[in-house]
Amino acid sequence: MAPNAVASINRGTVSLGRAIATPAVGPLVVLLVFCAIFSLSTHTFLAVGNLSLIIQQSVIVGTLAIGQSMIILTGGIDLANGAIAVLGTIVAGRLVNDGNNPALCLLLAIFLCTLVGVISGLLVSRLWLPPFIVTLGLLGIVTAATRLIAQGGAFPVTDDLLSWTGNSAIRDGSGVTYGMLIMFGLYVLVWYLLTQTAWGRHVYAIGNNRPAARLVGIPVQSRLLSVYVFAAFLYGVGAWLALGRIPNADPNALQNANLDSITAVVIGGTSLFGGRGSIWGTIVGTLIVSVLRNGLTLSGFDPLWQDLVTGVLVISAVAVDQISRGKQR
Amino acid sequence: MSVQAESRRTPAKGTMVLEARNIVKRYGHVTALDGANLELRAGEVLAVIGDNGAGKSTMVKVLCGAVIPDQGEVLLDGVPVHFTSPLDPRKRGIETVYQDLAVAPALDIATNLFLGREVRCRGILGSWFRLLDKRRMKSEAQKEMAELKFRLPSIDSAVEDLSGGQRQGVAVARAAIFARRLVIMDEPTAALGVRESGEVLNLIRTIRDRGLPVLLISHNMPHVFELADRIHIMRLGRRVALTTPQKHTMGEVVAIMTGAMPGNDQASGADGPSAA
Repeated sequence: MAPNAVASINRGTVSLGRAIATPAVGPLVVLLVFCAIFSLSTHTFLAVGNLSLIIQQSVIVGTLAIGQSMIILTGGIDLANGAIAVLGTIVAGRLVNDGNNPALCLLLAIFLCTLVGVISGLLVSRLWLPPFIVTLGLLGIVTAATRLIAQGGAFPVTDDLLSWTGNSAIRDGSGVTYGMLIMFGLYVLVWYLLTQTAWGRHVYAIGNNRPAARLVGIPVQSRLLSVYVFAAFLYGVGAWLALGRIPNADPNALQNANLDSITAVVIGGTSLFGGRGSIWGTIVGTLIVSVLRNGLTLSGFDPLWQDLVTGVLVISAVAVDQISRGKQR
Repeated sequence: MSVQAESRRTPAKGTMVLEARNIVKRYGHVTALDGANLELRAGEVLAVIGDNGAGKSTMVKVLCGAVIPDQGEVLLDGVPVHFTSPLDPRKRGIETVYQDLAVAPALDIATNLFLGREVRCRGILGSWFRLLDKRRMKSEAQKEMAELKFRLPSIDSAVEDLSGGQRQGVAVARAAIFARRLVIMDEPTAALGVRESGEVLNLIRTIRDRGLPVLLISHNMPHVFELADRIHIMRLGRRVALTTPQKHTMGEVVAIMTGAMPGNDQASGADGPSAA
């Protein structure tokens, strides 16, 4: 081995983990800056209760955004995730209110959500339909089906198991709910799958260069299917978290969750073109939006400002991604 | 290399490794291959050349499992094989490098080298938790790249930070690491500049010298004459000549390719690198 080669090989310091995680650093700085601004501009922002509220408000979109991240990493997009979660809340709620076993109802609801993922996954991976169209169609179908099942409007769901995720996990008043723990647990799980297993590398490779992924022997179709199915399972868990947050099954809830989750993923530094990004960026992106909404409200701004600033952030995040890609091409 | 399922066998120079006999492939009325033969022997770089439509890309597709021939047989180490998908040749130790860069640019070099063949940790961590053995893959990747004398900024760099030649080098190195019988290179330098091609040519030479025969499909006559031990010339769906860079000049080879000069198929030019 030539000494030159050794030197040149050892010079590198960036690991795969760091390379993939790097996109999350920018968003983290943005999050900390917003937190600093609101801590200084308001007295109430840093209160334990307020911070807890921010995270509680992030739990549902934060969980939906995990599935959204995985799908976007493969180069797809999911417009139906909110609708799938609402389907879960309605099905679980109705079945429980009819007097069935709550655990079974919950499992059935999550299973049904997962089944929707099987449909979208098959359409995307076997028929190669564009994910945008598949999930746009499913958004309509699932929303309509949910309203048919709900037979009208919202109804309360007071079952202990279904609303358990909203309970305090450590002690009353700590502000830490089981829902938060579940969400963070799911982030750790998906981080592990994406960065520490072959499956995760395949997800990145498929989004990065699909023909190459096929050529090196990655089972592209089954990987894509697994991503859509797993994402939909997470939406089912999201339904449970939603019932814990507000014990009410509302067919008209979470109508913006699809776009909110895309916003979180994109602000978190994941490329909409697929193959680049980190799951930690997504939680940071989710928190940025929540902190922004909360802080602006506390500071007395008109709620319209929340949407305006979020919009600016989304465009900036995509612009940063596009410009950095342009440099490399 | 320890990650390989089967160790690489290096038969004596001149032994037949891959043979295609009387391959016929028709697409409707078009006969792409009309009784074509091909022989790849151990220790050689065999260049397959031919004008557009001469059948060389169909031949390659037959050999790498992308096309199933209508007639004829393919033998690997003298044993008939039937490739029905691109994964079949790979299972038998045949790797293919394509002209378009089959790498994931955002991922690092080590990840790309092991893409689709990731190595997991031993024991319960690997079997139950599917944990990747990143350290092992990285050290294997470094070792292989050093053995191939292929210089890279760092095994952790993203492939997109490399030059075009280095990127193709990653694809070639991947084939070299996992091929146990032979490597097929389909126009590996077509997308590269002059200097970048040089890096890839060196790599091909190193692979040959390590004992893996290389089937090189190329349009580029200087590259062919620089690398090839033998030159397989195709015309109208069959082999019309088998020669060496010593026996014929570039001009003569082009003349045979275009039909201006008769070929010498099955003649004495076919007796392998040991005789050349």
